[in-house]
Amino acid sequence: MVESYYLFSSGELKRKDNVVRMTAPDGRFKDIKIEMTRDIYLFGETSMNTKCLNFLSTNKIPMHLFNYYGYYTGSFYPKEVNISGNLLIRQVEHYTDETRRLIIAKEIIYSASYNIYRNVRYYHQRGKDLETQLDQLKALRKLISRAKNIQELMGIEGNIHQVYYTCWAIVVNQKIDFQKRVKRPPDNMINTLISFLNSLVYTSCLSEIYVSQLNPTISYLHSASDRRFSLSLDIAEIFKPILVDRLIFSLLNKKVISESDFDTESNFCYLKKNAQQKILKAYNERLEKTIKHRELKRHISYRHLMRLECYKLIKHLMNDKNYEGFKIWW
Amino acid sequence: MKITGTMINYYFVCHRKLWLHVHRLSFEEQHENVQLGKLLDQSSYTREKKQIMIDETVNIDFLQDWKIIHEVKKSKSMEESAEWQVRYYISYLRKKGIAVERGILDYPLLKKRKEILLNDEEEEKLKDILLDIEYISNQENAPATINKKWCKKCAFYEYCFS
Repeated sequence: MVESYYLFSSGELKRKDNVVRMTAPDGRFKDIKIEMTRDIYLFGETSMNTKCLNFLSTNKIPMHLFNYYGYYTGSFYPKEVNISGNLLIRQVEHYTDETRRLIIAKEIIYSASYNIYRNVRYYHQRGKDLETQLDQLKALRKLISRAKNIQELMGIEGNIHQVYYTCWAIVVNQKIDFQKRVKRPPDNMINTLISFLNSLVYTSCLSEIYVSQLNPTISYLHSASDRRFSLSLDIAEIFKPILVDRLIFSLLNKKVISESDFDTESNFCYLKKNAQQKILKAYNERLEKTIKHRELKRHISYRHLMRLECYKLIKHLMNDKNYEGFKIWW
Repeated sequence: MKITGTMINYYFVCHRKLWLHVHRLSFEEQHENVQLGKLLDQSSYTREKKQIMIDETVNIDFLQDWKIIHEVKKSKSMEESAEWQVRYYISYLRKKGIAVERGILDYPLLKKRKEILLNDEEEEKLKDILLDIEYISNQENAPATINKKWCKKCAFYEYCFS
């Protein structure tokens, strides 16, 4: 089966015959077999040539780049080869028509908030008192269907997250001063973890969108003018509670990650290299984990659920079957 | 509309698959069986000149002296659709004035082959099939799923049933 490659060492990335070879300054190398590769993540300082990029492109392998601090800087997104003009037209139609756009955006928030709700309920059932938050979340979710426009929807989403984040201090057993989400730069351990893992989910979604026929720049919840592959943000929204938040809870509660994994002088913004690797390993294991899909009656990995999400969206756009976002059912 | 051999083949397998394929919603590329098919094609009959594309429409696996058309298949499932695919090639080339005698379905893995001929009756039926393919393709929406036993092995399965 195909794999994601996460490269931490620095060096040269080059095409060598029919593999991509990463050569470290000391001459040691790692070969990446191209047929077995889904995408490549670069965390080190790498130099490469166009020959390598062309090779990745012909083999349709996206590459995601991260800077020294582990922040996502961008992706090498190979030329689209599998384009459906018809689908693109429908994708645009559903964006420009506010009513139709809102239908999809609502479903995304509806599913994302359901998955959030399930996270809170899970910890409530495990003896953390989250009764009030559960009630609040329930009430807020009822407002989603009544939202009249995207701004209003975003407002509800903001409120949901506010309530959600008050749960975190209760769920997480380590003492961390986490009140609200702060980005660029994050200001404490949890915010740094969220930022790091969110960017990973974002890139995973992007890789899955790439193999679907969807255009990654046209999104419904997020504004398409964001100069990003914003459809990836849309789809990531649904999976973040399951892939990011759950993982953070478990990493912190099992003490896999603690203060010593951060550079404290950086105000906890900076995850040490070995911590990044630990998280990536956990993240990748989570993605490869499979569940039995009810409709398909097949074992499907968490990662593949993202692909199915693209399919469902395509079917909605093609007027085939109304989109129903992924809601955790186990 | 350019009608390809694949479209004829899909017409007999599933109209929904045909519609999606025509609208460039194709899932073949990532599917294991399709990749195996490609490898089979690369590794069999390597002495022949292969993949003869005509009019950017029909892509014939290989030809013997412009008289016999060969189509390579992995297995005999969906044999009827493969037969019609070959009949279409015969008819297409004959219309171009090429004196094609017959077609052959090759199953290198099974070490078997099957001869395909095209009679007048079948020629007539092909006309109807082509019209029907146009009709299906021009539909606004994709035809419904068919839910047959072969769906499970289809590259479109996850798309159709997710």
